[in-house]
Amino acid sequence: MDFKDYYEVIGVKKAATQAEIKRAYKKLARKYHPDVSKQSNAEVRFKELGEAYEVLKDPEKRAAYDQLGKNWKAGQDFNPPPDWDEGFEFNGGGFTGGNDGDYSDFFESLFGHGFQQGFQHGGQNQSQQHQRAYQARGEDHHAKVFIDLEDAYQGGTRSITLQSPEIDNRGNVINKQRILNVKIPKGVKQGQHIRLSGQGSAGMGSAPAGDLYLEIEFNPHSIYRVQGHDVYLDVPVTPWEAALGAKINVPTPMGSVDLKIAEDTPNGRKMRLKSKGIPGATPGDLYVVIQITLPPANSEKARELYKTMQQDLSYNPRSKLGV
Amino acid sequence: MNQKTLSGVLLDEQVELSLSELSYACCSSAEWIIELVDEGGLEVISHKRHKSQNTPWRFSADSLLKAQTARRLQRDLNINLAGVVLVLDLLQQIEQLESELSILKNTNI
Repeated sequence: MDFKDYYEVIGVKKAATQAEIKRAYKKLARKYHPDVSKQSNAEVRFKELGEAYEVLKDPEKRAAYDQLGKNWKAGQDFNPPPDWDEGFEFNGGGFTGGNDGDYSDFFESLFGHGFQQGFQHGGQNQSQQHQRAYQARGEDHHAKVFIDLEDAYQGGTRSITLQSPEIDNRGNVINKQRILNVKIPKGVKQGQHIRLSGQGSAGMGSAPAGDLYLEIEFNPHSIYRVQGHDVYLDVPVTPWEAALGAKINVPTPMGSVDLKIAEDTPNGRKMRLKSKGIPGATPGDLYVVIQITLPPANSEKARELYKTMQQDLSYNPRSKLGV
Repeated sequence: MNQKTLSGVLLDEQVELSLSELSYACCSSAEWIIELVDEGGLEVISHKRHKSQNTPWRFSADSLLKAQTARRLQRDLNINLAGVVLVLDLLQQIEQLESELSILKNTNI
């Protein structure tokens, strides 16, 4: 077990006043709140902060921790000396709730885990905590599931691995791995949630288990981009296809289709293929974005053709710039 | 490991929840949900077919995620309900802007 430097976590000096600790904690809690922050490690950071503040905001616990911390540095292998808390008195009910699994082994080796009132990130509101306590429904879990765009078109099954801390018979916290096969319904969109009832944490006593919420996230696709239920595809065309008009073959996630290019199609034109986006009650559209590409002038023949155009066509693309 | 396949409920625009289902899923009281509605944080679905005033409230699945976020923000950051609703609105705006930005960035390569 590694020693945790709670002062470092909150970003204050060891001599900081209670008010300074509170201010620093509040600032970081807002920054790393998992609902606000986009950083991938926000949830871990937020829990660390809650744990550090849990200790440092309470003068008794802080004093005991300081006593202990004199000889330790963050990351060092740590075992609490047997009588480390001698002379300090914690009042038993003083912890703001929190699921055992939410605090680190380090925390629990010091302050025990006699608080099982239900889930709380690291909060401070006693009255709400009591409300949670008597309901005692299992904790809801949240996870992301990454799918391919094709899964949204056809539906499919995804296997996901979840890590959840659980308490074994001897009261130790163990990280338990769970593999779930989940059906991905046809027509899901980025950011939507699937609720699996009863797949969260077990409830207290006879209370029901919590739910598992899976947020849908698309893997980046090599050719398609997705916005809501619409799908975008860049399609390269030759200058003569764009100029003279053509019928070209374009891919869609539902199979390729023929697309008619009108004469004099400008670069960047968006063409809508109705209902070829993500299916659903109101299916999305597929937008083809035309990208005119130039053939390289890397042969005698090609150079000759470009020169002919130069001589025979009077075309000034910069006429609007006044030059 | 032999695993059966689980099917959940996709929380899309087709899913509707009653007041009690919503408060249960948020581990909150019905009164708290009503407060959140009064503050403008959640929209009640209005069914035009039912004109009577006494139709029980229905909520979209979108409301469920919003209410859960509101609950966490209120609990973890000690924000009052008006502040929570403001945060929800701003988060939604940021999300929309970021999604538009990503499309723009991609097309200008």
